[in-house]
Amino acid sequence: MATDNRPLSPHLQVYKPQLTSVLSILHRLTGVALAIGTLLLVWWLIAAASGPGAYDAAQSFIGSFLGRLLLLGWTFALFYHLSNGIRHLAWDIGWGFELGTAYTTGWLVVIVSIVLTLVSWIGGYAARGGG
Amino acid sequence: MSMRSPLGRARGLGSAKSGTQHWWAQRLTAIALVPLTIWFVIAMVAATGSDYTTARAFIGNPVTAVLLVLLIVATFHHAQLGLQVVIEDYVHTKSVEIALLLAIKGAAIVLALAAIFAVLSIAFGGA
Repeated sequence: MATDNRPLSPHLQVYKPQLTSVLSILHRLTGVALAIGTLLLVWWLIAAASGPGAYDAAQSFIGSFLGRLLLLGWTFALFYHLSNGIRHLAWDIGWGFELGTAYTTGWLVVIVSIVLTLVSWIGGYAARGGG
Repeated sequence: MSMRSPLGRARGLGSAKSGTQHWWAQRLTAIALVPLTIWFVIAMVAATGSDYTTARAFIGNPVTAVLLVLLIVATFHHAQLGLQVVIEDYVHTKSVEIALLLAIKGAAIVLALAAIFAVLSIAFGGA
């Protein structure tokens, strides 16, 4: 049975982006980003297991401008995916499907992710002694 | 010849050609990752900028080591389940889809094993 030429649903770009749809695709995007981000954790752990030279190399990459930029992105992705994941788990038990509630929890997820990202980075710089 | 109706045979089978196991495993790992991730972020913030000796003392601490191994198992299981769905949704060439699924699942196993080995080797005081 040929399935290649079946009509598709209307193209995504005809829809006006809504908070709910943007957050939905952002959950998937942050999930993929976090999967890639595990490489940094694995590198750091293997470096710590390998020796001082390997560890210092990993630390200097993480401390570089690019390293910090990636880590900032991953921090936000982690908090977003975590808090929106809890939103998904609530939906799984049948809670929060009303339109108003979906928007309220959506904005809550955005605010919580930004605030926790900032708090973590302030904490990180404090742990380093400001450096 | 099956006596089951076409509807009966199709029921419970999604696009991944399996039942609810995938969905359920994704939720179980998600629930496990809520406390593990919160712990991980707090621990990593506190460990920011650690030198080699401090980092090894942190990773090798029995509580940290066990939590890290749990985090690694749940994370990579959750990640490969999620990436599988993304690939199944967007890759419509069967051969490419299968190749990517094998690559994702293989990479998850290799990375998880490497990370767990690193944690355990530090915890058990090896070089």
